[in-house]
Formats: sequence, structure tokens, C-alpha cells
Amino acid sequence: MLEAKELECERGGRSLFSSLSFTLIGGEALRVAGANGRGKTSLLRILCGLLPPSQGEVLWKGTPIRALKEDFSRELVYLGHAPAVKDDLTAAENLAIACRLAGNPQPDDAVAEALAQLGLAGVNQQVRKMSQGQRRRAALARLALSASVPLWLLDEPFSALDTGGVDTLRDLIFKHLERGGAVAFTTHQDPGMGAAKVVDLDA
Amino acid sequence: MLDAVRCIVGRDLLLALRRRTDIATALLFFVVVASLFPLGIGAEPNLLRAIAPGVIWVAALLSTMLSLARLFAADHADGTLEQLVLGAAPLGVVVAAKTLAHWLLSGLPLVLIAPVIALQYDLPQPLYGVLALSLLLGTPVLSMIGAIGAALTLGIRGGGVLLALLVLPLYVPVLIMGAGSVEMAAAGLDPGGQLLILGALLVFSAAFAPWAIAAALRISLE
Repeated sequence: MLEAKELECERGGRSLFSSLSFTLIGGEALRVAGANGRGKTSLLRILCGLLPPSQGEVLWKGTPIRALKEDFSRELVYLGHAPAVKDDLTAAENLAIACRLAGNPQPDDAVAEALAQLGLAGVNQQVRKMSQGQRRRAALARLALSASVPLWLLDEPFSALDTGGVDTLRDLIFKHLERGGAVAFTTHQDPGMGAAKVVDLDA
Repeated sequence: MLDAVRCIVGRDLLLALRRRTDIATALLFFVVVASLFPLGIGAEPNLLRAIAPGVIWVAALLSTMLSLARLFAADHADGTLEQLVLGAAPLGVVVAAKTLAHWLLSGLPLVLIAPVIALQYDLPQPLYGVLALSLLLGTPVLSMIGAIGAALTLGIRGGGVLLALLVLPLYVPVLIMGAGSVEMAAAGLDPGGQLLILGALLVFSAAFAPWAIAAALRISLE
């Protein structure tokens, strides 16, 4: 489904990686490993189209993502380093808006169910009053509603989560893989889940 | 696509409602700046009447500037801007919706409050309509031009000052036409020409600004 061809990334005049090629097909998980500053986040941003690579290109089902633009955006969920939740809104409001903007509007009860799945049932306060871990869970709740979206790109999804949260997330990812979805995620610690493919930027 | 516009405008209005002080500051700034001139210059009615259109328009410009810095910066800081860029709607539509929300929150209140300021300057009542109309046509242009600057200076240190230097010169045509229309009407002439040019500026920027903002935003996000 997703194919990276000879990718090269340059940030601030320094080459982070070059000639990076890999493919990711449905049902596969790709782990991007590497020390801090090796370009894990940059790679993920290249894959979702936020950052144009200095060389090479990314293909989605054979078409360059540059040409697909929002048609590609609709096929992916990208959860970045920042949780992407608004402080002044509640978790439910944040989730409903995020899904609507992604072209995947969800009824209120589905939103409530997704939040409950992430352990945020009945947490009806503005995100500003939540802890870091709860924010992360509020952001990850989007995955529970994104079963129909084939490609998940997750930047450090396991950070700031307690063991229960890690288990829930791992469960969500496994289910997505079983459905035939593809997942690429970055992490610098071993999350305790086997990934079919590993891109190690240290190598 | 229309749903995305509704969603973004609704979201920004809801956020503003939760954070009313942000909107109130820009509006209060407008009122205070416009009220300082009579205090500094003295209460000579003829002089005040003469400077009123210019002062009110300059105050509107500065007040719009003040609220521009927040247009994309808050969304950039918490990561929601990336989600907007990766949304299902084309980026041009997304930024058009954000700019519309910005105008509803910072431009429209100016249009509504301007007659009250005009009262302070003893502007003759028939001119209120022209003043409000010129602001109604001009402030959306201010929001759109400003949004281009806000997108370009996103994430730059000291971006606020740079934004002012970048955007204020571009506001000059709007200022001249806006204040000019009220002055024309005050002189007993037909302000139609200036208002039509303001209208043309509005149409022109509505057609091209969204794409310029989108392009600037993509560059800033890299």
C-alpha cells in the first residue's frame, strides 16, 4: 500500500537519512527505531505528506502522495508528538471535531464509547485540567474510531502512557492489523510488540 | 467540504467563547486607541470631525493586527494545525474557514462598535452608514491579508513584530479607500467609487488569499 522510494531527509543542512526504501502492506506494522535526533519524526511527517523529502518520493497504492493530496489524507490517521487536543475543549468535543475534520464524522455515542475504551469514561472536563497521560489517551481515542482508515502513522504513541494505556493501545494496533490495516510508529523503547518490519535510522 | 467550513468556524467560535478575554482585548484596544486621540488633540469639534475617519480606520487596522498573531499560532502550538492540514478538505478551504472565523471574531465587532466611536468624534449621523459599510467591506480584506502574514511568520521568534512590518504596508490601499469613502461622504460627494474599490479588493482577496495562505502555511509547517 505505502511505498517509500529512496527517501532522503535534510534538516538544517544536515542529512538525517538517505536512500531509505521500504514498503508497507496491509496487515503489517512498521517500527521506526533510532536515537533522538535521527529523524524518526521527520520520516513520519514525510510519510504523511507534511514534509516533502529532499530526495525520493512516497507512493500510496502506486500514486505519489504529492499528487493525491487530501485524497491521501483521508486514508490516514497521523498522531504527532503533540497530542493535538485543544485545551479549552472537552475530550469528547476534541474527538468529535477531529473526526469530522478527517471526513469521518461520528455520532455522540460512538465518541463516548471510544473515550470509555481509553479509560476516559465520564471525564467531562476541559482538557486543560487533565494530566499528560489523560491528554495522550484523549488523542489516542481517535484510533478507536478510525477502524475504517487504512493507514495509521503514530509518533511516539506509547509515551506518557501507564501500563494499562500501553496495553489498550497495543490491542487497538493489533486489531487494526488483523483488519488488514497498516501501522507505522516510532518509538525509542521496545513496546513489547513484534513489528513485521523495523526501519532503524541508527544503522 | 461545506461541513469542514462549518466545523472549523464552529470550533473557533466555541474556543473564543471559552476564552472571551482574547476577543475582548482586541476590541477594547480599538476603543481605547480611538478614544485617545480626542484626549490628546483637544475637543475642537471641526478638527475631530475631520480626523475621525482616518483615526477609526487606523485603530481598526491596529486592532486587527493584534488578533492576527493568534490566528494560527495557538493551533500550531498544540498540534491541531497539522491535523487541519491533514484534514479531508483542501487546505485552501480550511484556511478560508479559519479566516472567516477570525473576521467574525475581530472584524465584525469593529463594524458594530464603530458608530459608537463615531459619536465620540461628533461625526454627522448620515456618515455612520458609510463608515460601517466601508468597515464591513474592508475588515475581511484585513483578515485575509493578515492571515497570509500570520502563516508566513508562524513559528518564527519575534514573529509578532515581523508580522506587523510585513502586513501593515499591505493594508495601505484598504486604509486609503476606507477612510477616503467616509471623507468623500463628509464632503457631500458620492462615496460609491471608494466603496466599489473596497468591494473589488474584497472579491480579489477572497479569490486569491486562501491559496496564498495555504501555500505559506505549508512552507511554515515544513
